[in-house]
Amino acid sequence: MKYNFNFVNYFKKFNFISLILVLLSLFFVLFKGLNYGIDFKGGTLIEVRVQNNDIRVSDIRDSLNKLNLGDVNVKNFGEKSDFLIKIEKKLNNNESLISEIKTSLDQDLNEEVNYRRVESVGPKVSAELLKSGIISIGLALLMMLFYIWFRFEWQFSLGSIVALFHDVIITLGIFSILSIEINLSIVAAVLTIVGYSMNDTVVIYDRIRENLSKFNRLEIDQVSNLSVNETLSRTLITSVTTLLALFSIFILGGEILKGFSFAMILGVIIGTYSSIFVASPVLRYLKVSSKTLEKKEDKIVP
Amino acid sequence: MLNFTKIKIIIIYFILLFLIFFASLNLNNDNPILKKKVNLGLDLQGGSYLLLEIDTKPLIKERLQDKVIEIKKFLKKNNFNYNSFLINENSISFKIENDNNKKFQNLFFSTKDNTINQYIDQYRTHQFDLEIKNDSYLIKFSKYGLLTLNNSAVNQSIEIVRRRIDDLGTKEPTIIQRGEKRIVVELPGLKDPSRIKDLLGKTAQLNFRLITDKQDDFGSEKMISENGEEVIVNKKIIMSGENLIDAQPRVDNQSNSPMVAFTLDRYGAQKFGKVTTNNIGKRLAIVLDNKIISAPVIRESITGGSGTISGNFSFQEVTDLALLLRSGALPTPINIVEERTVGPDLGRDSIISGAISLIIGFVLVVLYMFYKYRIFGLIANISLVSNLLMLVGVLTILEATLTLPGIAGIILTVGMAVDANVLIFERIKEELRTEKSIIHAFDMGYSRAKITVLDANITTLLATVILFIFGTGPVKGFAVTLGIGIITTLFSAYFIARHLTSTYVLRNREKINL
Repeated sequence: MKYNFNFVNYFKKFNFISLILVLLSLFFVLFKGLNYGIDFKGGTLIEVRVQNNDIRVSDIRDSLNKLNLGDVNVKNFGEKSDFLIKIEKKLNNNESLISEIKTSLDQDLNEEVNYRRVESVGPKVSAELLKSGIISIGLALLMMLFYIWFRFEWQFSLGSIVALFHDVIITLGIFSILSIEINLSIVAAVLTIVGYSMNDTVVIYDRIRENLSKFNRLEIDQVSNLSVNETLSRTLITSVTTLLALFSIFILGGEILKGFSFAMILGVIIGTYSSIFVASPVLRYLKVSSKTLEKKEDKIVP
Repeated sequence: MLNFTKIKIIIIYFILLFLIFFASLNLNNDNPILKKKVNLGLDLQGGSYLLLEIDTKPLIKERLQDKVIEIKKFLKKNNFNYNSFLINENSISFKIENDNNKKFQNLFFSTKDNTINQYIDQYRTHQFDLEIKNDSYLIKFSKYGLLTLNNSAVNQSIEIVRRRIDDLGTKEPTIIQRGEKRIVVELPGLKDPSRIKDLLGKTAQLNFRLITDKQDDFGSEKMISENGEEVIVNKKIIMSGENLIDAQPRVDNQSNSPMVAFTLDRYGAQKFGKVTTNNIGKRLAIVLDNKIISAPVIRESITGGSGTISGNFSFQEVTDLALLLRSGALPTPINIVEERTVGPDLGRDSIISGAISLIIGFVLVVLYMFYKYRIFGLIANISLVSNLLMLVGVLTILEATLTLPGIAGIILTVGMAVDANVLIFERIKEELRTEKSIIHAFDMGYSRAKITVLDANITTLLATVILFIFGTGPVKGFAVTLGIGIITTLFSAYFIARHLTSTYVLRNREKINL
C-alpha cells in the first residue's frame, strides 16, 4: 500500500502534546516517585499458594502483623489462591526472618502453605542494583548517541536522542502514575525499548538521508513527509508483529512477565509514535537540508 | 543480490543444518559423546540462589590481635620505650619516647627477613602501613595487605562453604566468587534453603578452654555456660577446631542422648592428653563461636585422640554440629545479602506459560505475515522457523542458561525478526513501482535495504550488550537470547530468505505478486 498522509501538518500539534506528556511524566516521576520493588529498595517478597479457598488477604496480613515486621503489603497475585507478600523491613542478616514468617503462616492458616517464590534483597545489594540499572540505561543512551553520530550527522544523533528521552521519560511517567512496580525486568524492558525505538528511528532517518540527496531541491519538511510515508507500511507491519508477540506474553506469559511485557507494549507504541512525530520534526528545527549532507558527502553514501 | 554461487548455497545450508543438529540435542538426552544442551535457569527448574558476603572486620581485628605479642617483642628487643599500647578496630597504636622517627621506620620497613611487617613481593609493598605523628605511632593494614587478607579469606570461605554444602548432599551446586567479597551459591532443585542458611550463618570456630574458679583480671573472661550458669573461662586456648580431623553424630548408649564424637590429629591428641592429665577434676569449656556449648568435668586423662561432646542437644543439632566441625571453621563471618528461591511448581508453571505464549505469539506472527505477503510471507516464515532453530542451536553450543525473561527474549525475537524481511519486501515493492525488470527490482530492494537493516539491528544489539554486561541472573538470560536472536535474524533474512526468494523469483519471473 502507498500512503500519502500529510504528517508535517500535525508535527506542531503533536510536538505540543509530547511536550506536555514529557513534562507531566517528569512531574510525576519527581513528585510521586516510582514504585521500586525489592530489587531496588531491599526487603523480602514471598509468593504463596494456599489450598483453602476461603483464605483472604486479611488472614495473611493478620498472621504477619503479629510478627512486628513493619510495613507489610499483601495482595492477590493472579489466581485467587495465590498471594504476594512484600515486607519492607531491611535486615542485613535475615537468616531467621523467613523461617519465622513461614512458621507463623503455616500455623495461622492451618495448612502446609506452598511457598512458590521467596526473594530477599539486602540494602547494600539493592542500592548496587539500582545504581547499575541507572548506569546501564545511561550507557545505552550514550552508545546510541555515538552510533548515530558515527553513521549520520550530529543533527540526526540529537534528534534520535531526543526521541529516546521522550520514550523513556513517558514510559516511566506512566509507571509512576499507575504505581507499577519497577524491578530488574523493567530495566531490561526499558533497555529493549531504547533499542526498539532506535531501530524505528534509524529506518526513517535512513530514508530521509537518502531522499535528501535524491531530491536536493525539496525542503526538509517535504522530505520528512515523503520518507515517513514511504516507510510507513514497514513501520506499521513491524509494530503489529512485535505487538502480537508482546500481547501473547502479556496475556499468556504468567504473572511474573506481566510488568515486563506491559512496559514493552507501552514502549513499542510510544517508540513508533516518537520516530514519526518526534525524531523527524527535530531535523526541521535543526534546519537540516541537503547541504547538511554535502559536507561529508563521501562518508554518507551507502 | 539474487545470484548465489553453489559453494555459497552449500555453506549457508551447512550452517543451518549444523545448528539444527545442535538444537536437536535438546530432544533426546542419550547421546553419550555430545552432552550439550540448554540449561534451565533456577527460575524455571526451581532452586535457590544465595549471594554471600564475607565480613572482614572481625578478621582484621583478629589478625591485629595476633600481631600484638610480636610487636611488643620487637619493641623490647630494639630498646624502644613504648607506652599507651592500644588495639583499635583496624589499627594498633602506641607511643615511643626514645625514637628519632627514623630507627623504627627503617626497621619496620626493611625488606629483608622482615617478620613483623611482611613484604609482599607480588605487589611490591609491605603488609602494614605506618603513620607517625610526633611520638604517636599507628600501624594498620596497607591497601594490598588488606587485599591479600581479603582474597585468602574469600578463597578459604568458598572452600568451607563448598564442603558444608557437599556434605548436605545437594545436587550440582554452583559456588563461585563474584567481585571482591562475594560468593554466589546456586542450588538447583532446592525448595527451602533455611537449613543451608543456618549452616552458612555459623563460622563454627571451636576451641577448648579451661574454666577457672578465680576472677583473674588478665587472661580470663566471664561466660554463660550451656545451662545458664555464669563461669569464668581462661582466655588461653588449649586446642582449636583446626586439630579436628573428623566429627560424627552419635547416640550415647547409656543415656540415649545425642552427642558428637570427634577425632583429633596427632598434635591435637598430644596436647589434649597433656592438658587433661594435668587438670583432672577441673572443668573444660567447649566454646563454639564464643558461646559455651558444653562444660564437662575432666574425669580422666584423654590420650587416645578422640572424645565426645555432649550437652542438651537434639539429634538435628548434633548432626549439624558434626557437619560444621568436619567441614572446618569459616575464617570470618558470612552474611547472606541476597536470596532468591523458586519452588519447583512455580518453575513448571513458568515453563508452561512461557511455552504457550511462545507458540501463540509465533502462530499469530506467522499468520499475519502470510496474510500480508502470501508466498513471500511463506518465505519469511520459513526463515523465521530456521531463525528459531538456529537460535536454539547457538544456545545449545554455548550451553547457555534459559530463564523466563530469556523465553520472553525469544518471543520478542519472533516479533522483531520478521522486521528484516518486512524492510526488504517493502523496499522491493517500492522498486517494483519504478522498475520494469522484476529481477532488477528484487536485486535493488535487497541491496538498498541492507544498510537500513544493519543499522536498525546494530542499535538493538548495542542495547543487549549493555544488558548482558550489567544484568544479573534471569535478566542476563534475556540479553543472551535477544542478542543471539538478532544475529541469527540477520543470517536467516540475508541468506536463507534471500536464497529462497531468488529461487522463486528466477523460476516465476512472469507472475510475481508482492
